[in-house]
Amino acid sequence: MTHRYGAVVGAEQPSRGQAVIHPERWRWCEAAAAARADGFDQLLDLTAVDYLTYNADRQLPAEVAPERFEVVAALISHQRGERLRMRAQVPADDPTVATLFDLWPGAESLEREVYDMFGIVFEGHPDGSRILMPEDWSGHPLRKDYDTGRIPVQFKAASNVR
Amino acid sequence: MTLIDKDEPAAAASAAPAPAPSADSAPSAKPAGGPLAGSERVSRREPSAVLRMSEAEAAAIGGDPQDPDDDELVLLNMGPSHPSTHGVLRLMLELSGETVLRSKPVIGYLHTGMEKTGESLSYLQGGTNVTRMDYASPLFNELAFSLAAERLLGVEAPERATWIRMLMCELNRVSSHLLFMATNGMDLGAVSMMIYGWREREEVLRFFEKVTGLRMNHNYIRPGGVAADLPADWRDDVAELIELIEPRLAEYDTLLTGQPIWRERLQGVGVINTAEALALGATGPLLRSTGMAWDLRRDEPYLFYDQVDFDVIVGSYGDCYDRYAIRLNEIRESLRIVSQIIEAMPAGDYRIQDKKVTPPPRARIDASMEALIHHFKIFTEGFKVPPGEAYAAVESPRGELGVYLVSDGSATPYRVHVRAPSFVNLQTLPHLMAGGLIADGVAVISSVDPIMGEVDR
Repeated sequence: MTHRYGAVVGAEQPSRGQAVIHPERWRWCEAAAAARADGFDQLLDLTAVDYLTYNADRQLPAEVAPERFEVVAALISHQRGERLRMRAQVPADDPTVATLFDLWPGAESLEREVYDMFGIVFEGHPDGSRILMPEDWSGHPLRKDYDTGRIPVQFKAASNVR
Repeated sequence: MTLIDKDEPAAAASAAPAPAPSADSAPSAKPAGGPLAGSERVSRREPSAVLRMSEAEAAAIGGDPQDPDDDELVLLNMGPSHPSTHGVLRLMLELSGETVLRSKPVIGYLHTGMEKTGESLSYLQGGTNVTRMDYASPLFNELAFSLAAERLLGVEAPERATWIRMLMCELNRVSSHLLFMATNGMDLGAVSMMIYGWREREEVLRFFEKVTGLRMNHNYIRPGGVAADLPADWRDDVAELIELIEPRLAEYDTLLTGQPIWRERLQGVGVINTAEALALGATGPLLRSTGMAWDLRRDEPYLFYDQVDFDVIVGSYGDCYDRYAIRLNEIRESLRIVSQIIEAMPAGDYRIQDKKVTPPPRARIDASMEALIHHFKIFTEGFKVPPGEAYAAVESPRGELGVYLVSDGSATPYRVHVRAPSFVNLQTLPHLMAGGLIADGVAVISSVDPIMGEVDR
């Protein structure tokens, strides 16, 4: 089986104990809805990864074109005791993906955090504001090109005074 | 004021029994003031219990929303520095008189970018970072992180190490729930309970100090095993602990469980049902209080939980009282597990004998140059972890604590994400508080038991 819930199934299956599917970005919500109808009754986690400086093989199936961002959701079916991870590729020039709020209202805080930290916009989200950083903050801290700032270290012999 | 203005699809509506009102109908649905009857309280579970208002908007209103239908409508700020908000939780409350209509948890006051920090720490140092997230149950953070790292490494901790992990985690669950007993009592005016809860917790922490060297933030559970073996007389210490705590739990029962005042304050307050809890992502005692028996220790056994005998405690009303009773009885179950571990603990290694992840023993360093170099390398550069991604979840005292690790083959994780149960559970707060009094809100915050360290990370 190479397709599940209309999405490509992960190259390595299962991936370290858990099933993985790679829905296309525009089918993100549909795949989640199909999984929900199939018994995955809770959205446990939603996060993102910025693969900007990733140096290793992404281990994606051949059909999936890698993009800079990846939105990752963890679903669970309590009845079957089964987990499912959804990974969607999100391009840097259009970092948007549909919200899962309508399927699980619990996506609200998780998606706000992903927006706050990665600048990925969830279309249709009821409150697309920042959650951890101050409201007037600029930039998205967990992006790999975010300047983290430094504390100057005063060593007598330090040549790299910053 | 921004209310939810979208039509709820059938899927979400099934989770929220009351239909979502439109922006226009909301003011008329508000009570005239004063407490609501119990049945009304349960029915007000619409998504609009969540106040979605920015700081700027709130500042513009200035505490007075100016509603012609309700002249008792105020916008009240509670926290972040407030004795009953468990650290630095801040709530924006929309009140009609003393009744909470909508609310918004404002978080981030403790945000220090720990997930970002985790990207520059090696897998051995990673434990020192994650252990500070849920500071009331630090060992669970370390455990989830270590399990995820071990999944990537493809190694498994030896048997004794696994039993030690279980022993320490169950004792940590005891100390964490004792802390809850203390703060829950304090929040509701049973101030003597605070002293008792802290007193018993301190005894558990004393044992942790003996084993790990620290009362909190241990960095004891590490990829490949644990940092050190148990002290020689650990069995006596643990048996003493059980002997000490068990009768105290009976005293708590006398002090609180049967007390009419205690019951009055908690029963029927902050009610949630299973469908709502699932929809909002709630896990742990919050989910179990609704009657759903889901505990990762039993349902997705990790470590050796399938070899010990314990019960999953569930509630039936989903209220604050159920969550109190669940945690109290989970202490008993944890002690039951601990006494089985005393019997079951095998001899053997406390960490994996894999040169890749384990530093050489101290004695070898004095004798061998290679061992010294190896030791130095592991603690300066760390060990390389094969590329890939892994998610590991454990049942922390607050719910499912998951760690999602992405490795690019280097010695530091490419991405560390922690699925913090408090962060997700906090979403239920507006729904639990809606329609109740402010004083009940304090009980609700307490019974959700959020630890702000892991909420803000």
